[in-house]
Amino acid sequence: MKNPYSNRKYIIKGVFLLVGLVFVIKLFFIQIIDKTYILSAQNNVIRLIYQFPARGLIFDRHDKLMVYNEAVYDLMVIPNRMQDIDTLELCELIGIDKETFVGQIEKIKHYSVRKASVFQKQISKETTAYLEEKLFKFPGFYVQPRTLRKYPLPVAAHTVGYVGEANRQLLEKDCYYKSGDYVGISGLEKTYEQVLRGRKGIKRVLVDVFNREKGSFQDGKYDTAMIKGVNLKITLDAELQEYGELLMTNKKGSIIALEPSTGEILALVSSPHYDPNLLVGRVRGKNYKKLQHDPLEPLFNRPLTATYPPGSVFKLVNSLIALQENVVTQHTKYSCEGPETRPIKCSHYHKSPLNMIEAIEVSCNPYFWKTFTAIMKNEDDIHDSFEKWRNHTLSFGFGSKFNSDLFSEVSGFIPEPGYFDKYFGEKGWRPMTIRSLSIGQGEILVTPLQLANLSAIIANRGYYYVPHLVKSIDNHKTEKNNREKNHTTIKPNYFDVIIEGMYQVFEGEEGTARWYKLDNIAVCGKTGTAENPHGKDHSVFIAFAPKDDPQIAIAVVVENSGFGATWAAPISTLMIEKYLTGTVKKKWVEEQMINVILISDN
Amino acid sequence: MGGRANDQCYFNFRQLRQRKGIFDNIDWVIIALYFTLVLIGWLNIYAAVYNESHRSIFDITQNYGRQLIWITTSLIIIFTILMIDAKFYNAFSIPLYIISVFLLVVVLFLGKEVAGARSWFQLGSFAFQPSELAKVTTALALARYVSSSSFNIKKKKAKIYIALLIGAPMILIYLQNDTGSALVYFSFLLVLFREGLSGKIMITGVIIIMLSVIALLVNKFIITGFLALIIIFTIMIIRRRKAIVIKLIGLFIVATGFVFSVEYAFENILEPHQQTRVNVLLGKEVDLRGAGYNVNQSKIAIGSGGFTGKGFLNGTQTKYDFVPEQSTDFIFCTVGEEWGFLGSLVVIALYIGLLLRIIMIAERQRSIFSRIYGYGVASIFFFHFAINIGMTIGLAPVIGIPLPFLSYGGSSLWAFTILLFILIRLDESRQELV
Repeated sequence: MKNPYSNRKYIIKGVFLLVGLVFVIKLFFIQIIDKTYILSAQNNVIRLIYQFPARGLIFDRHDKLMVYNEAVYDLMVIPNRMQDIDTLELCELIGIDKETFVGQIEKIKHYSVRKASVFQKQISKETTAYLEEKLFKFPGFYVQPRTLRKYPLPVAAHTVGYVGEANRQLLEKDCYYKSGDYVGISGLEKTYEQVLRGRKGIKRVLVDVFNREKGSFQDGKYDTAMIKGVNLKITLDAELQEYGELLMTNKKGSIIALEPSTGEILALVSSPHYDPNLLVGRVRGKNYKKLQHDPLEPLFNRPLTATYPPGSVFKLVNSLIALQENVVTQHTKYSCEGPETRPIKCSHYHKSPLNMIEAIEVSCNPYFWKTFTAIMKNEDDIHDSFEKWRNHTLSFGFGSKFNSDLFSEVSGFIPEPGYFDKYFGEKGWRPMTIRSLSIGQGEILVTPLQLANLSAIIANRGYYYVPHLVKSIDNHKTEKNNREKNHTTIKPNYFDVIIEGMYQVFEGEEGTARWYKLDNIAVCGKTGTAENPHGKDHSVFIAFAPKDDPQIAIAVVVENSGFGATWAAPISTLMIEKYLTGTVKKKWVEEQMINVILISDN
Repeated sequence: MGGRANDQCYFNFRQLRQRKGIFDNIDWVIIALYFTLVLIGWLNIYAAVYNESHRSIFDITQNYGRQLIWITTSLIIIFTILMIDAKFYNAFSIPLYIISVFLLVVVLFLGKEVAGARSWFQLGSFAFQPSELAKVTTALALARYVSSSSFNIKKKKAKIYIALLIGAPMILIYLQNDTGSALVYFSFLLVLFREGLSGKIMITGVIIIMLSVIALLVNKFIITGFLALIIIFTIMIIRRRKAIVIKLIGLFIVATGFVFSVEYAFENILEPHQQTRVNVLLGKEVDLRGAGYNVNQSKIAIGSGGFTGKGFLNGTQTKYDFVPEQSTDFIFCTVGEEWGFLGSLVVIALYIGLLLRIIMIAERQRSIFSRIYGYGVASIFFFHFAINIGMTIGLAPVIGIPLPFLSYGGSSLWAFTILLFILIRLDESRQELV
C-alpha cells in the first residue's frame, strides 16, 4: 500500500537542503566577503605593550641640571583578577577610605573588568616600596612605574613649559599618543616634544579573553625597540635666570637677556612667575586652576606674548633710519624749549639746541619729533616715506615672530600706510597726525623680546641672530638658521653714533640713567616709558655691555611703575653686572629692587 | 491479508539469517557519517580548549580527554543497542516514555541546579540529564502511537493525545528552566507533517512566526492598518461572496488580536534575558557587552577563519576563550575559525548527508513504527543542527542546545547515539514488522 503522504518526504528533504544552503551562503559572506571579522579577531587577541622611555633631561648653558625625571608609581588594577582582598588593609596602605575604594572600583569596572586601569595615580616612592612588599596579598593589583618631571631649580617655568596627559584632540590627530600618555603642553617641552620624548617601545603579545599574556605575536617580528629621550642643553644661564626672577619679585613684567654674538637667550624672566614643580603630578590640575584664576596672570608668558608701545627706546630706531635716509647727520641740531615745546613737550630740562648724541642722552622728545618729521617728509608722498620707514623698522625684527624654538610668540604691530588711510583717508594724514610714533608711542606695539633683540642689534652694530633657547640637542649643535646673520637695512657705522648716545645715558652729566652706571663696565642703555592707557605707565629699559665687546644685551619692562629710569634701568644694570662679574657691588640697589612692591590693583 | 502470512515466513527466515552476525544488514554509510562527526567533534573540542599545560588529547582533566571517555562508553551503548531485539523498542516504547517523564518530574525536586536550570541528576561524580533521554523515548512513544492501527490524525482525539504526548515532557523541561531543550519538541511537527498533519497547520505556524517577528519589529498600529488595507482590498474584489467576506473580517480580528497579544506575551512571558536575545537577533538592540557578546564573538571567530581557516590549534578566538561555551554550544566556531569556509562546508555537508540518509532509511522501512521513528530522529537532529549553527552565525536566537556529535558532553552524546543507533537497529531488521 502506498502511503498517501509519501511525497511529503521531498518537501522535508527540501527544507533540510534549504537550511544547509542558507548556512553556506551566510558563511560565505562572513568568512570570505566580509573582511572586518579578521580585523576584529586581531583586535581581540593582540595587545600592544608599551615601554615608556625616560624623557630627555634639560641642562642650562653651564650644564646645570634644570629638569629631570623622578620615578613615581601608578597603582594599577585588573578588576576581574581581584580575589579575596582585604579592602580595609589596602585602603590603609594607600591612605583612602573604603567608600572611595568602592566608588573607584565601580568606575573602573564600568570601563572594563578585563583591562588594566589606573587605580591610584602617582604614588610616592616611599609608599610604593612599602606597598610592593604587601602586594602579593592583593591579586589584581600591581604597580606601574612612570616618570614625572622634576625641577631642582624652581625657575624658568614659562620657558621650560610643562608636561601633561595627551588630550582628546591630540589623540585623534597623532596616533603615536595613547590615552594616558604624557606630552609636552607648553614651552620647550612642547617645542622639543619629538626630541625629548624619544620613542615608545612596542611589544605585540597575544592575550586571551582575561587579558593574560599567551606569548609574543609572530616571534616579535613587528616589535619595535624603545628609544630614549634626548637631552637638551639650553641657552639659559640658570643662575642669571634665578637672579632675574628674584629681582622681579612683586613686580609685573619681563627681563630678557641675550648674547648678541649668537642670539642665545640667557634669561627669559616673566613675572609673576611660579614654581614649575606646581604643575607636576597629582597636584597639577588643582594648582593650574589656581594659577589660571590669579588676577596677576602668572601663567602669562610676558616676554613673548605681552605687547607694549616701546616708548623712548624707539627713538634709537628712528635716529638710525634718519641717518640711513640721510635726512639728518649726527651733527644736525634741533632746539628744545623744554615742557613748553609743541607739538610734543620735553620731559627734561636740558641745554638747547642739541645734537643726536646729546638728544639720546637726555631723551629729548622735540628732537626726535623733528627727526621723524624729516623722515616722513623725505619723499613727496607721505605713503612712500612711511613705507620706507616701515621697511627699516621691520628689518629690526619688529612686527613679526622670530619663529625659532620659542613657544607662543606674538608678532607685535607695525602699521602699514593703509592703516592710517582707513582712519584718516588717503590724504588725511600728515607727519603731525602720526607724531606719537616719533617717540615710540601710539600705534606701534612690540614684545619685550623684540626690544631685547633691538638691544642686541645695536650691540652688534647692525645685525642679529634669531633669539633662541636651545644650544645643543644631545651634544649636536642646533639648526643653522639660528646662526645666520640677519642684517638690518642700516649701515653699521651709523650705529656708532647711537651707541655713543646710549653710553652717555650712563656717563653723561644729564644721562637719564646716570645714577646706575657701573664702575668697571661700560654699559650702553636707553630708557623708555610705555604709555599705558589703562593705568600707570610701564617702565622700559634696554641696554648692552661692555660697550666695545658686547657680551649681554638686555631689555626690561616693569609694568605700571612709571619712568624707565626708575626701575627698569637699575634692574638692567644689576643683571648685567651679575652676568659679567658674577656678583653685584651696590647691594643697596639690589635690595631696593627686590623689596619694592610694584603690583598695583590698577 | 496474504501479505501478512508472507511476512511471517520472511520474518522467520530473517531471524535465521540474523544469527550469522549482527552487522550483516547494517547501514555502513550512516555509521561512517556518525564516526566522522564524532571524530571531528573530539578534535575540535581539543582545539577549542587546548592549553599548553595539558597537551595530551587523552588528558582526562580536560574536556577533550573526558569526551574520549564519553565516546568509548558510547561504543558500549552502541553494542548494547544492536544486541537487543528490534521488537523491544516498539514493545517497550510506552513504558520507557512513562519512566522518562517520571524522571523529568523527579529531577524538578531532586535535580542539581546548573546555570539556572534544574535539569541534572547528580550521582556521585556522574551527572545525567533526563531531558536528553526523554527525546529518545518521546520519539519512540510517538512512533508507537501514530503507527497504531486505530490512529487517525484527522480526528480531534488523536490530536489531543499527540499534544499530550509531546507536551508533557516539553512542559516539564520548560519548568526545569531549560527552554532550549523544551523547544526541541516542536521538531516533532515535522514527523506529524510526514504522517499527514494538514499542511495548513504548518503554513499557519510559519505565518504566526512571521507575524510575531513583524509584530516585534514594527509598530502594531501600522501592522493593523496594513492588514486592514489588504482585507478591504480583497473584499472589494470579491464582494459578492458574503461568506468569504465574513471569514476575512474574522481573520482580520484574529490577526489584530494576535499582533497585540504578541507584545503582551513578549513582555510578560519571556524572561528579560530572553527578551534581550530576541531583540539582539532582530537587530533592535546592539549589545556587544551583554547578550550580543556571544554572537558577536562567535561571528568574529568564524568570520576570521577565511577560506581555508587558521589551521588546527591555531584559532586564537576560541583557544583564548573569546567565544563563550566554546567546547559545547559554540563548538562550530572552532570549526569555522580553524578550518575556514571549506571546513564549515564539509561539516554542513556531513549533517545534510546524515539527515538525508536518515530520511532514506526511514522511507525504506516496512514497519510504520520504524519509519515514524526515523522521521523523529531526523527532526530532532535537524532542529539541533539548524538552531545551533544558525545561532553561531547570527541567524537564530541564542538557544543553548548542543550540536549533535560535535558538542562536548556525555549526556548529549549518549542521547544522540542512542537516538541514531536505535534507528540503525530497526533498519537492520527493516524487513520485519517490528
